[in-house]
Amino acid sequence: MADLTQDTPRSLNDIQSSYMAEVSRKRLYSGIMLLIFVLLMVSGFNLAADRNGGSFWGGIDNFFDLPVEMVSEAASKVDQFPAHFATFFPALIETVNIAAVATLVGALGAIVMSLLATRGLARYPRLIGVFRRVLDIMRAVPELVIALILIFVLGGGPVPAMIAIAFHTVGALGKLFSEVNENASLKPIEGLESVGANWSQRMALGVVPQVAPNWLSYALLRFEINIRASAILGFVGAGGLGYELKVAIQWGQGKYDEAAAMFIMLFLTIVFFDQISSHYRNKLVHGTNKGTE
Amino acid sequence: MTMLDANQDLRAQTVTLFRRKRLVTFAVPSVILVYLVYVFFAFDVPGLWSGASAQNARALVADTYSYKVHVTRDNRSGDVSVAIEGEKKGRYPEGEAPAWVSLGETTEIDLDDGHRVTYGPEQIVYDHPDFGVMRFVVSRSQGVIAEYPVSVDALPDWINASKNRVAITTEAGRLTVTRNRTEVFRYFTGWELFFFTLDSQYHGMGFGELAGRAVSGEAGAILHDFWNNAMWLHKDVAWAIFETILMAFLGTMGAALVALPMAFMAASNFTPVGYVRFGFRRLFDFVRGVDALIWTIILTRAFGLGPLTGALAILITDSGSFGKMFSEALENVDEKQIEGVRSTGAKPLQRYRFGVLPQITPVLLSQVLYYLESNTRSATVIGAITGGGIGLLLTQAMTTQKDWEEVTYYIVLVVLMVIFMDWVSGHLRRRLIKSDDSGH
Repeated sequence: MADLTQDTPRSLNDIQSSYMAEVSRKRLYSGIMLLIFVLLMVSGFNLAADRNGGSFWGGIDNFFDLPVEMVSEAASKVDQFPAHFATFFPALIETVNIAAVATLVGALGAIVMSLLATRGLARYPRLIGVFRRVLDIMRAVPELVIALILIFVLGGGPVPAMIAIAFHTVGALGKLFSEVNENASLKPIEGLESVGANWSQRMALGVVPQVAPNWLSYALLRFEINIRASAILGFVGAGGLGYELKVAIQWGQGKYDEAAAMFIMLFLTIVFFDQISSHYRNKLVHGTNKGTE
Repeated sequence: MTMLDANQDLRAQTVTLFRRKRLVTFAVPSVILVYLVYVFFAFDVPGLWSGASAQNARALVADTYSYKVHVTRDNRSGDVSVAIEGEKKGRYPEGEAPAWVSLGETTEIDLDDGHRVTYGPEQIVYDHPDFGVMRFVVSRSQGVIAEYPVSVDALPDWINASKNRVAITTEAGRLTVTRNRTEVFRYFTGWELFFFTLDSQYHGMGFGELAGRAVSGEAGAILHDFWNNAMWLHKDVAWAIFETILMAFLGTMGAALVALPMAFMAASNFTPVGYVRFGFRRLFDFVRGVDALIWTIILTRAFGLGPLTGALAILITDSGSFGKMFSEALENVDEKQIEGVRSTGAKPLQRYRFGVLPQITPVLLSQVLYYLESNTRSATVIGAITGGGIGLLLTQAMTTQKDWEEVTYYIVLVVLMVIFMDWVSGHLRRRLIKSDDSGH
């Protein structure tokens, strides 16, 4: 920014005018940036609307069509709701199970990968770069791709979705875990090394106790994300509540009460796990003593 | 952690502490194990392996790095055609064929390693270097009449013969003879026609020759033939990638613009009225909780299929997340700067502009850029549902279950796209935050 320690003494007017010039130049730049941004947004929305099936303004009018139809059909069959909840509960459990197992397996994989990819902790320091690139690629592959390939090979069901989400989770958590690992103190590790502990003992006894709360907190956050991912993957054919939802939506009128029931179940599940996970994350990050709120 | 109390018996306390820790150390892994065993059966993993298709897996893997050329003879008319992957777009023009096929009264097909197939007017001959010569005559009434060097009961398992159909699969290729047609597949490594299709005059040219022609004024034509490749659709793929990034960009930036004013209403230091705050917070929770999937379904019904629908789905979902995060950032702003601006006689809007925004911009921008990267990935998945971008192309290529080389190509592009967006967002984040540290 403006260099205030000038060698030559200048009059107040000089300083003021040069300051004002700089301010106006900064304003100009900000204005140009803002203009470019607005142009990008407007032309982008126009382009997207051109390539869309229906128009934006036509769509706004129809925005509440589906919700209204669902609510009206659901209201007329409100007595069947408990039965729907019971029918689709196993599918909901499957969706949550997919997310839970994927998070569990993915987190275990991420622990190993992150330890191998952290400077100062790595078992093979020369391969740090390789493990990091592997994590980058695992993170970049969308779950959908792996799920569809595995559905082709293994047939539909929860396992392809579980493997796909776990694969992505290793990449996403691996990166976060390795950032946590970098902040771990190396002293306990040196101490353990001096008494002859091998690599896995050093990691288990020297690193894990330092970083476990942060790991757990990230894993819980990932679990929230994975529940959503698992529902979406169901929609493209991997079983669980998403699949049932797709069937009901494609059926259309006549099954909207079922779809509405599933919307409610999915909504409540997501909110429930969000609340639980954010409660425990607060506890983990701020320490057990303060987490009594 | 439980601290030891120095006034009590330290040894006894340590022993209890260790006992409890030991219990936890064993209990947690065993609970996880029990859960995994339960899921193993709930997901029916043993049944899964029996249902898995090794054939599909082999076809998938082979197709990603190799392609096959079909030489097909119509057994009624006797016409022979050569087509890459058997597709119309990859068919050789009438009377033309690659060097290993010689067309004529009898068509000779050289399958390498001494394997030869001959389509004669009367009979079809497969000459296997180790096994011997096999002859097939196709008859309308009797199906496929075959003649092998060994008796029919002693046929090896790479020959699959029935009355109306014979299939021979060797390492050199594959021959199928049915009543209607005879077909030979020969496998090659690589992605076929990736640069130019057969109808382009540049097909089969080396890189040096192409470069020479490009220099002598044909660069436009070469680019045109590559860009409009009918088999790989480079133009459509480039559009699809752009569309995906567009969805992510519009969704993320739109969400940030919508969420920012609402975040002020949900922050306790800007909105003293508890009911308003509560209302906005629950609104954010609701929008987030409904989830992209449900928004996508509702929006697809209203706006039809396409990228706009995907962008709006991202926009709505993320305005909830942004609203929550922005309001938390706003609650952490330093009041002193606002007071300083107020002391110069600034009006409320000016106080927000000069006292609040500079404080939260780095946090906001870094979150928005982080979401931009993560939404590129989401846009791929949402595109598969709303029918826009590379996600649509991916699902289409996958549902045909034969163009795995295209699937591989799209996956590579998606991975590169996400890594690129990751790099861009990380780069911008570092630059913006650093330049903001030096003063506003």
